[in-house]
Amino acid sequence: MDFGFCLSPSSHVKMDSVDLTTFNRLKETNPDINTCIACGSCTATCTAGHFTEMSFRRILLMLQRGKEDEAKKMIQHCMLCGKCTLVCPRGINIRKILLDITR
Amino acid sequence: MKENILIIGGGAAGMEAATQLHKMGLNPIIVEKSEALGGHIAQWDRLFPAFHPAKDVVEKMLDQVKGIDVRLNTEVVDIHRDNNSFHAILSNNETIDAKAVILATGFDIFKAERKQEYGYGIYNNVMTSVELEKYFRTGKDERINHPKKIGFVHCVGARDVKVCNTYCSKVCCTTALKQACEIKEVFPDAEVYTFYMDLRMFGPGYEDLYLKTQKDFDVKCVRGRVCEVSEDMDGKLVIKAEDTLFGKPLKMTLDLLVLMCSMEKNKSIDAIQQKLGVGNNSDGFMQNKDMYLGMNDTAQDGVFVAGACTAPKSLPDTIGEARSVATQVYNYLKR
Ligand SMILES: Cc1cc2nc3c(=O)[nH]c(=O)nc-3n(C[C@H](O)[C@H](O)[C@H](O)COP(=O)(O)OP(=O)(O)OC[C@H]3O[C@@H](n4cnc5c(N)ncnc54)[C@H](O)[C@@H]3O)c2cc1C
Ligand code: SF4
Ligand code: SF4
Ligand code: SF4
Repeated sequence: MDFGFCLSPSSHVKMDSVDLTTFNRLKETNPDINTCIACGSCTATCTAGHFTEMSFRRILLMLQRGKEDEAKKMIQHCMLCGKCTLVCPRGINIRKILLDITR
Repeated sequence: MKENILIIGGGAAGMEAATQLHKMGLNPIIVEKSEALGGHIAQWDRLFPAFHPAKDVVEKMLDQVKGIDVRLNTEVVDIHRDNNSFHAILSNNETIDAKAVILATGFDIFKAERKQEYGYGIYNNVMTSVELEKYFRTGKDERINHPKKIGFVHCVGARDVKVCNTYCSKVCCTTALKQACEIKEVFPDAEVYTFYMDLRMFGPGYEDLYLKTQKDFDVKCVRGRVCEVSEDMDGKLVIKAEDTLFGKPLKMTLDLLVLMCSMEKNKSIDAIQQKLGVGNNSDGFMQNKDMYLGMNDTAQDGVFVAGACTAPKSLPDTIGEARSVATQVYNYLKR
């Protein structure tokens, strides 16, 4: 039956129930994953980012906010060119982390 | 006879200014309203950025002021000027004649109750950065029982027109990260979050502290202001903020919330300040003559300012100003 209204799911990120397994696994082999300062250089320089929504900065956040599926979908746009790694001011080995996420 | 210099306030600024003036052959007299010298740094456990014990610094400073005239538990109740000298009446009925006055009365901590939405004084597990320092010093606080999740709220009472403080309090970002590391040292299994708008790591070694916070202590910095705190049935705190980098509101349950309270002008000196003809700036702190070259001078000849009474300052800022005020006073007397 159609009552003419529906319930929208909450848009809140519920931090209490976020599953951090993937992020924590990555952290073990890539401790620099914690040091991102969200400057956006990786996204700005990204070859794929000019044509898709690819953003490594956001991928890191997605993994910490319970959006692992979205992160993995986004990674598919990456061409592994490594430009992001060249520009990161924190020296994060982004290309390697991207590979490790999908592993 | 040596010339008297009246220094009101015996915190870092007052003590260091007195030390330098004494070395210059003048006679500084410190009037301190509390029962001890040291001011706020005597309340801190370890100092950023290098976790240096505050006690060491205070002890060194106390050592340096040995032999200098100090009045504890004393305030200036009245002061007037007679050409080039000042006559002050103290609360112990003593009168002091001085050639110059240095205001070094420092700051007060923002009263966290004023930001009611953070629940300080309402919910048990909300505390201030000052209380957390005390916990680090004494190891005692009823609110801290093996917390598993801890949050820090930046800019409490700062950068906020709602409390009429639009300025940045300068040291609380660095203090928050320092305290986040320290609480992680005590409770290594706890998850620690800080909620910031901008991270202002302005000094030498401070950015290194930030990197350490992320890398060695696994503290998570979330960009977004906590807008609301409530308590659930178990007495845990539920906070809401937007993760502005992610672009989504988030909700989280915490065992402990620490409010990084801002520095405000210490108003206990207002009456004396008025008698001396020294006004306040738009942030409510004491007005100095010029931001660049006259930071220790005021609108009145012979009345000087140093330390956190003119703006939020770190300890190195304060010491630098205290040393420069001594030079200013010396030059003023020798003119
Ligand atoms: C939570 C917190 C942590 C901090 N941690 C650090 C840190 O790790 N490293 C760092 O560099 N800085 C730190 N700071 C900053 C540091 O505390 C200040 O820079 C320093 O205390 C300023 O010294 P002051 O002498 O100007 O003022 P205060 O320390 O406020 O001293 C003022 C003195 O004047 C006295 N006084 C006030 N009114 C009167 C009156 N009417 N008559 C007589 N006496 C009066 C007071 O009793 C006090 O003794 C921190 C600040 C805060 C809020
Ligand atoms: S490696 Fe991938 S994420 Fe990095 S710049 Fe190239 S395409 Fe973009
Ligand atoms: S370039 Fe490095 S520091 Fe900047 S957002 Fe990307 S990963 Fe983070
Ligand atoms: S130093 Fe940081 S926490 Fe303090 S008022 Fe400025 S931005 Fe806010």
